[in-house]
Amino acid sequence: MEVVGQLQKQYVDFITSLFREAYLDDQYVQLQKLQDDSNPEFVVEVVSIFFEDSEKLLNDLASSLLVSISLFWVFILCLRPSLLLMVVLFFLLFLFQLYSQQQVVDFKKVDGYVHQFKGSSSSVGAQRVKNACVTLRNFCEEKNLDGCSRYLNLVKQEFYLVKNKLETLLRMEQQILQAGGTVPLLEQVPLLWKQ
Amino acid sequence: MAKNIVFSRLRKVEKNERFDDDLSSSCDSDEVHVLAVDDSFVDRKVIERLLKITSCKVTVVESGMRALQFLGLDEEESSVGFDGLKVDLIITDYCMPGMTGYELLKKIKGSSTFREIPVVIMSSENVLTRIDRCLEEGAEDFIVKPVKLSDVKRLKNYMFGEGRTKSQDTGSNKRKLQETSPSPSPTSSISPEPSSDLSSTSSPSTPRSPPSLDSPTRRYKTSNHDLNE
Repeated sequence: MEVVGQLQKQYVDFITSLFREAYLDDQYVQLQKLQDDSNPEFVVEVVSIFFEDSEKLLNDLASSLLVSISLFWVFILCLRPSLLLMVVLFFLLFLFQLYSQQQVVDFKKVDGYVHQFKGSSSSVGAQRVKNACVTLRNFCEEKNLDGCSRYLNLVKQEFYLVKNKLETLLRMEQQILQAGGTVPLLEQVPLLWKQ
Repeated sequence: MAKNIVFSRLRKVEKNERFDDDLSSSCDSDEVHVLAVDDSFVDRKVIERLLKITSCKVTVVESGMRALQFLGLDEEESSVGFDGLKVDLIITDYCMPGMTGYELLKKIKGSSTFREIPVVIMSSENVLTRIDRCLEEGAEDFIVKPVKLSDVKRLKNYMFGEGRTKSQDTGSNKRKLQETSPSPSPTSSISPEPSSDLSSTSSPSTPRSPPSLDSPTRRYKTSNHDLNE
């Protein structure tokens, strides 16, 4: 049982750090509460759905923000200009896009995707992802293409970070169960430390 | 039999739901039958589990249109074929593509057959005008996402906790396939919410007393605070 105790302590330390660093919030604990013998894989299932959903959303987001730029590139390349001319043209077009009222990007569509992502990340307790989505939505509302691109990268980064953390966490849970122990729920953490 | 027609129609219409419980205990009128509507796959999974763990029978659909189809509202107004699967509560997301939760609410309240069914709206956005609009249109309650176990327990208790025959949660009547622990007693929770420890037996408080903790405005404020930990 030494092994189980060690694994449990490592698990508690890890999940506490995830909470402290805001990777996860209380909603994750709420999900754990919904798991029991009648549905022992609940958290894994929800988290897996979240991962799949998110990859798809990120792809949709990336493509909806890139379309406009690539179209311009195609146009420019068709003119077969010299490299210098190409750079100048691209720069001019970029400025045009940035400052013109008529944005080529469908910010409403982007906002829709981000809203979905915000919702699903909030439902699993992925706090940092959710917060990044909130900021990204603000940029969408302002039709700020640059801000959107930057924050999309941040959202993607945060997602892959939390995905990594969650996979580690769930793996640790499996190890505890396989060693014959039970996974400590967060409310039990203070008790465990006393042992 | 009308029941068989209902099952085959359901199987044809909704490809995303599980019918395990429906097939065996369709006539089980002890349980509260909830129709949950949400376009997010993650949220559907969570709300389904939340409702099942509070001893409700659940049907989950992905859109307002599917919800109306399930109720039989999209074609005829008569619900002849659906008596065996009577819906006691509809809980729906607000923001959905196509038909929003608000539009679904209006359709349900506009129907003579279904207007009596309580409708609860869920939304990730705590916008007062939106909440007011929904409540004015006849929504029973408004829950701010993410939805927690305490929200669902509170909902079930004040809506079905007293006076209704469906609230009999005695173990001997249980014919459910899934849950081994039917009673939603909080085991390890040190939850900060004030009203989360209501047992499933009827509580003496009336559901709509304005100054109590159960009023809609207090409810979503409470659940909002819980997020800040």
